[in-house]
Amino acid sequence: MPKDHGIGASSKRREDVRFLTGAGQYTDDINVQGQTYVHFIRSDVAHGRINGINTSAAEAMPGVIRIFTGADFEGIGGLPCGWQVTDRHGEPMKEPAHPVLAQGKVRHVGDPIAAVVAESYAKARDAAEAVEVDIEELPAAIDMKAALEGNAPKVHDDLADNLCYDWAFGSDAAEVDAAFSNAAHVTTLELVNQRLVANPMEPRVAVGDFSRATDESTLYTTSQNPHVIRLLMGAFVLGIPEHKLRVVAPDVGGGFGSKIFHYAEEAFCTFAARQINRPVKWTASRSEAFLSDAQGRDHVTKIELALDADNNFTALRTETYANMGAYLSTFAPSVPTWLHGTLMAGNYKTPLIHVNVKAVFTNTVPVDAYRGAGRPEATYQLERVIDKAARERGVDPIALRRQNFVTEFPYATPVAVEYDTGDYVATMDKLEEIADIAGFEARRKESEARGKLRGLGVNCYIEACGIAPSNLVGQLGARAGLYDAATVRVNATGTISVMVGAHSHGQGHETAFPQVVAEMLGIDESMIDIVHGDSSKIPFGMGTYGSRSIAVCGSAMVRATEKIIAKAKKIAAHLMEASEADIGIKDGQFTVAGTDKSVAWGDVTLAAYVPHNYPLEEIEPGLEETAFYDPSNFTYPAGAYACEVEVDPDTGKVTVERFAAADDFGNIINPMIVDGQVHGGIGQGIGQALMENCAYDENGQLISASYMDYAMPRADDVPFYTVDHSCQTPCTHNPLGVKGCGEAGAIGSPPAVINAVVDALQSAGHNVTHIDMPASPQRVWAAMQG
Amino acid sequence: MHLNDTRDIMADRQTVWAALMDPDVLKACVPGCQEMEGSAEDGFTAVVVQKVGPVKATFKGTVTLSDMNEPDSLRLSGEGKGGAAGFAKGGADVTLEEIEGGTRLTYDVDAKVGGKLAQLGSRIIDGFAKKMADQFFTRFQEAVEGPEDETEAPEAEETGGKKGWFKRLVKS
Repeated sequence: MPKDHGIGASSKRREDVRFLTGAGQYTDDINVQGQTYVHFIRSDVAHGRINGINTSAAEAMPGVIRIFTGADFEGIGGLPCGWQVTDRHGEPMKEPAHPVLAQGKVRHVGDPIAAVVAESYAKARDAAEAVEVDIEELPAAIDMKAALEGNAPKVHDDLADNLCYDWAFGSDAAEVDAAFSNAAHVTTLELVNQRLVANPMEPRVAVGDFSRATDESTLYTTSQNPHVIRLLMGAFVLGIPEHKLRVVAPDVGGGFGSKIFHYAEEAFCTFAARQINRPVKWTASRSEAFLSDAQGRDHVTKIELALDADNNFTALRTETYANMGAYLSTFAPSVPTWLHGTLMAGNYKTPLIHVNVKAVFTNTVPVDAYRGAGRPEATYQLERVIDKAARERGVDPIALRRQNFVTEFPYATPVAVEYDTGDYVATMDKLEEIADIAGFEARRKESEARGKLRGLGVNCYIEACGIAPSNLVGQLGARAGLYDAATVRVNATGTISVMVGAHSHGQGHETAFPQVVAEMLGIDESMIDIVHGDSSKIPFGMGTYGSRSIAVCGSAMVRATEKIIAKAKKIAAHLMEASEADIGIKDGQFTVAGTDKSVAWGDVTLAAYVPHNYPLEEIEPGLEETAFYDPSNFTYPAGAYACEVEVDPDTGKVTVERFAAADDFGNIINPMIVDGQVHGGIGQGIGQALMENCAYDENGQLISASYMDYAMPRADDVPFYTVDHSCQTPCTHNPLGVKGCGEAGAIGSPPAVINAVVDALQSAGHNVTHIDMPASPQRVWAAMQG
Repeated sequence: MHLNDTRDIMADRQTVWAALMDPDVLKACVPGCQEMEGSAEDGFTAVVVQKVGPVKATFKGTVTLSDMNEPDSLRLSGEGKGGAAGFAKGGADVTLEEIEGGTRLTYDVDAKVGGKLAQLGSRIIDGFAKKMADQFFTRFQEAVEGPEDETEAPEAEETGGKKGWFKRLVKS
């Protein structure tokens, strides 16, 4: 019988009550007495020289308080990049300045030029119309490969060219080349992992406040990691010491990575509030979100797979162009390198792997992590080339994968990471069962009887989550540690507040985290609350991304709770006049081994805060503990996915008919929340595979900048999913044995969909070996025409 | 985007050329034009109100005539800024060729838009530009030679012939 509380129970998400009843407190719900409103004037050309900005007419307009331009930020730091990649020659990446407001040049459509602060949004917008910006449009670098040619326009005049870095990684290139020379078969695939817009439901908002009395700044912002923002903005941009800067990220309506980064608008509102001594608020419109939220993916890749005569993978070689956009967003350089190259082994024991990535500046919106961040790009190319190889060799794609699975753990890949545990055979077995692979041919016949083509696509995935061991990422160029922290504050009556560094913006932490503490103490989940999102309340944790929250912050919480238990046992031993070593805790009762003595949890916590009868000479009163946890390795969730599509041969329209996911997330805290995380990820993956495309025209105008042109998946674009996470190989190095589940769906699903589309077309005799995402009706129909 | 077309105008080349130099003609022919001032030599300033899909804006800008090769060819270029709506700019290479009974006007238009116009209107901008060019040259043709369908132009009777208002102006 399933558990009804604690670890493993599908407790209902307590936060949903406020989200679904309109009681959430989002950043835009925060209004500070006396606040002003800022409207940003943004570039409408992709590349241009600012010859002049005349604000005099606008400044005289009603309600205008002050108009800021780049000149106001001279001497102020630019937006920092948090990760330095070293190129194949040992040189650091090119790291151009990223001013808060444009200085001298604009480099993408949406680049902020000036900011009008006024008594209302309407007055700020009206005045913005009166600001005269004289911009001389320059030729723009848009296409990545063209941007690397000698005559390409330079995004940054102070750099030699548009190359950020040329990174090489993995096995010795000569050894890999030799393996290709000796291969019985080589499969080659060139593909595009298209640019995406993250599109969280809540656009970004920032409210900057300043107290002249305390010299303290407060920033309310839509962030996944308030401490990271405090660190970056305080130390690198505005020079505000940590103890005078508070960053609050209240309820946040989705992030998917796009709210990890430190943005110009956050620094602006904090800075301007100090300048004018009034709060400054900015709420993005959806149009602004399209032009200013960091975008995702945008890789162009050539991948080659070498096989021997028995179809064993002998070597893998990739060459990728990765678009950085116009500036380096906070973690942009790490995405195509350490979050992508290290995953190229996938679930397979390919002995030789060489990865080359060229990161390119273009006159487009900056690109950074988006749900999966590098790992979907790795998985997509690997699982597509394996599918193509199976077709070329005339073997079953599932059998080819099984033949090459890593089966012994720990397994050190040729790309620097060591998988601690896994069972890829088990997840594939489970997938074949839940997807009813055996019944596919019958379903195909049924589709064909209705005039539709049916295809089956299967793939595996592995990801590195639980980001990350600080000593390792430090060697790889991270400019931060990636531990996390939790403080468990037990109150006198036994209720508990857990202050955590992780931030919850859709992941259900407020429900799942208490389940862990409740399990450890044997008390009811309702006695435990999670506090997150306010740098003045929580310990210094690094926030939520990379499916890290339960694996890293959850582990910190376990460690802190263990300290609580150790201290509570001392108190209980005193109360029961027993030896501390004999004290046990079960169902909220402290017992003495071999006796029927017990004291309740609440008696112990009360004694801690009302220490009338208390061993004060031995321990301090109170019951509050903090722990920091730095993982010793990444975690490696893995699984196998299957997608069945129908293609309408007349129109090229693809519909997803069935989708099954067999995941190994290690131990599971709340199966219902894990289901939901996988569902959402698969939805986003299907969106990428079939619908979404962030498109720029040749002049760098973003032409898919509204929901008229950017196709988001809707409920009727996705099927009912069959998801299973009963295959569990617990993580070997964190106390919960958990691996993380937030990104798996988005990583594992795009190749399954495209493999299925190709399979459907092949079934009708079309010699189509690849279709780039999104596999829109137009592309599929064109492919069918040959 | 690019588009081109030809129109046969029942007027001689000098008349067509003169019409292209006339701010009143341009004002009447540019769809949505509220103001047009200036001269062929110094360029014109214009205010145009247009709605492209969901974006309606007042564009303030300039129209310049260049590469003037009377009466064979010239280039008409324009650039308008619509504030928050973004910008539109473009040009038309116009050539005039003598044909029997009149002039064949050939135009080759290139146009581009930026900002909100591109973000929200990209799907419809090609059609919009074609419509704008069609309207401009249709009105221009009417201005020079009068409407094709005389029932739509009752004043043609009174003035004793099929003449556009510009032609009437210059011929009377």
